[in-house]
Amino acid sequence: MQLVLERRAERSTKIAILSPLLAIALTLVTMSILFAILGKNPAMALYVYFIEPLTDSFTLMEIAVKATPLVMIAIGLSLCYLANVWNIGAEGQFIMGAVCGSYLAVVTNGTDPGPWVLPAMLLMGALGGALWAMIPALCKVRYGANEILTSLMLVYVADLIMDYLVRGPWRDPQGMNFPTTASFDPVATVPTLFETGRIHWGALVALIVVALAAVMLGRTIKGFEIRVVGAAPRAAAFAGFNSKRLVLFTFAVSGALAGLAGIIEVAGPVGVLQPGISPGYGFTAIIVAFLGRLNPVGILIAGLFLALTFIGGEGAQISMKIPLDLTKVFQGILLFYVLACDSLILYRIRLIASPKKAIHGTA
Amino acid sequence: MLNPASASSPSARAPLLQAIAMTKRYGSFAANDSIDLDLYAGEIHALLGENGAGKSTLVKTMYGLIQPSAGELRWMGEKLELTGPSDARAKGIAMVFQHFSLFDNLTVAENVALGLDGVESFAAMSARLAQVSRDYGLPLDPNREVWRLSVGERQRIEIVRALMQNPKLLILDEPTAVLTPQEADQLFTVLFRLKSEGRALLYISHKLDEVKRLCDTATILRGGKKISTCDPRKETAASLARMMVGAEIGEVKATSARATTVPRLLINDLSLEPDDPHGVHLKGISIEVQGGEILGIAGVAGNGQDELFSALSGERLAPHEDNVIIDGHAAGHLSVTDRRKLGAAFVPEERLGHGTAPRMKLSENALLTGHAASHMVHRGFVDKPKTLETVDKTTKTFDVRKAKRDPEAVSLSGGNLQKFIVGR
Ligand SMILES: Nc1ncnc2c1ncn2[C@@H]1O[C@H](COP(=O)(O)OP(=O)(O)OP(=O)(O)O)[C@@H](O)[C@H]1O
Ligand SMILES: [Mg+2]
Repeated sequence: MQLVLERRAERSTKIAILSPLLAIALTLVTMSILFAILGKNPAMALYVYFIEPLTDSFTLMEIAVKATPLVMIAIGLSLCYLANVWNIGAEGQFIMGAVCGSYLAVVTNGTDPGPWVLPAMLLMGALGGALWAMIPALCKVRYGANEILTSLMLVYVADLIMDYLVRGPWRDPQGMNFPTTASFDPVATVPTLFETGRIHWGALVALIVVALAAVMLGRTIKGFEIRVVGAAPRAAAFAGFNSKRLVLFTFAVSGALAGLAGIIEVAGPVGVLQPGISPGYGFTAIIVAFLGRLNPVGILIAGLFLALTFIGGEGAQISMKIPLDLTKVFQGILLFYVLACDSLILYRIRLIASPKKAIHGTA
Repeated sequence: MLNPASASSPSARAPLLQAIAMTKRYGSFAANDSIDLDLYAGEIHALLGENGAGKSTLVKTMYGLIQPSAGELRWMGEKLELTGPSDARAKGIAMVFQHFSLFDNLTVAENVALGLDGVESFAAMSARLAQVSRDYGLPLDPNREVWRLSVGERQRIEIVRALMQNPKLLILDEPTAVLTPQEADQLFTVLFRLKSEGRALLYISHKLDEVKRLCDTATILRGGKKISTCDPRKETAASLARMMVGAEIGEVKATSARATTVPRLLINDLSLEPDDPHGVHLKGISIEVQGGEILGIAGVAGNGQDELFSALSGERLAPHEDNVIIDGHAAGHLSVTDRRKLGAAFVPEERLGHGTAPRMKLSENALLTGHAASHMVHRGFVDKPKTLETVDKTTKTFDVRKAKRDPEAVSLSGGNLQKFIVGR
């Protein structure tokens, strides 16, 4: 008896829709086993993780706060992935966006420069993220360097640059030697939407980004170009689309969105530039992009779901003493299952009696 | 049935494979509509029909690649259920596809190994490969990489791979479409030999004189239905064609065109290094094509046709601007899009993946080549109704048969997709 993967004659549309749900179900089962091994009641833990945060208006708002950067970054990444461009370094672009935008907040601190500061910061943030993303993009286009490696490695470079700045030149003189900038002035802060809670205008920006991406992918020639280059590169060249320019374009857009998310995060909920501004948003956004099937609306839903795991994880740590790292384990397992279930769209699993070669090309 | 005279006539023997009322529906469209077909050992059976008649669909169900919506297969009298191609191979059904499924960077032997079921060692398999290819006069070097081989040789791999399964039934989908006349003759010798060994062959072709020469029985499909089963040797090419189309076939007449003053296309001393290591170096090519003229480029496949096409279409740029002159304009440095604006249009060899994006709709594939020169795009926005209009117009002028208004490119039959590509 042997398990083989056999290519399906036709793409299964049913599984294409079911795959994310199946992945979530398998993840929950695996997590329950993990909880049980840790000696916690699985039903209780799942409740704390996934239901409790939805029962309280404060945590609901926190979910929106966490989902904001996830969705913005994931939208940018989905454009890359649709075009078969593998930007893994959104975390670095997020940090560089935060750093570049914060520059203005730091130099104008305490001078009351006027209302232009915040828009200028957002612009600088987007620009910073885009420029940081251009490094792996140019290396790929000019020298054929693998963008997965270069973009990933630049995450650590960005992290160290930020670390240097907040410990050195930008450190708050009144900050008792903590590695952080001074708190941003009100003019350099993204306003909250309501009197209470931390939900801020950035959440609306994220919704606008989702809408723009949906229009671009569905209605414009640029969106068409992205989809063709990803789906059939040779046909795209035949159409006269320049794949190198598209690498630059998708990296620039996803870098700009990650950078914008970064500066909105520090100028919004965080309020200062300091290490640890991101609990790995740039990486989690990769999961969001795939769980959302690289579709803007799907990404919005997936972003809210993963934000829920962050909040639920914090709750579980407080009330059940479950380590916070388990949230990362959860996200990793989820990505694993999403990718595994996706392969069932094109292949099916069969149990056969005699050993045979696995995947056969058909015509 | 004990009478030896009647034993040799197919009707008196039991069929090897029997298809009964085979039906395959895509939505409300029936690609195969209740088709009956009997295949006998020792017989070459032709499957004829227009583009989109349902030939490929029928043979793919017999190979387990497509699940039928209704109908039943019987193998030597017993009900046959195929859940996949490996089931079919286990029974002794082998298939040679219209489009090859080979990996360019692997050797002949490695490709064959990938397509076989079984636990044989690689060395034993290689030896058997050499044996089979020698036996049937289909010479192949097991250690050569596929990219070095011509199209005819690549097909030989597929055929040898099929023969190594020692099949009782061999299905060939338009095998001669890609072959030179000499290569086709070689293939026929092999097919006759297979027949004399008592195997059944199902042979799809558009070349009626071939069918008359080769086949004992012919089944004709039209619009997914079986029209008749006949003896092709007793028919004329015209009568076969009439059954396929259901109407009299007109003669093709060339209309004489106005002579143009400038050549439509001029290639001046074009030399081009290949951009991938498997490519061919173009050296000093000069060609002139006038309006109203059809110029054919002959040569064994893999001798620069692909490279020349890329240089003409602008997928690769020429070293000098005036290496390629389209309608009097130096175009050697222009992009594909700019050449289209000069009025050039291109139809590449590969229909799926090069000429079209397989998983995209026809309207999107119309946009693929039409986005620059026509009015499908306004300020970056795609005008969807316009792209659909192009599909409808092409469908009408070129008689493209399809299941719905705007299907994915892969779902079209080979010939109909070609008509669409030419039409757009
Ligand atoms: N997956 C699919 N979905 C919808 N329609 C399909 C699909 N596959 C095939 N068809 C339709 O079924 C019809 C028959 O196709 P088939 O490939 O069997 O034709 P064919 O006789 O092999 O033609 P050709 O000579 O052009 O290769 C075509 O009209 C095609 O558009
Ligand atoms: Mg066909």
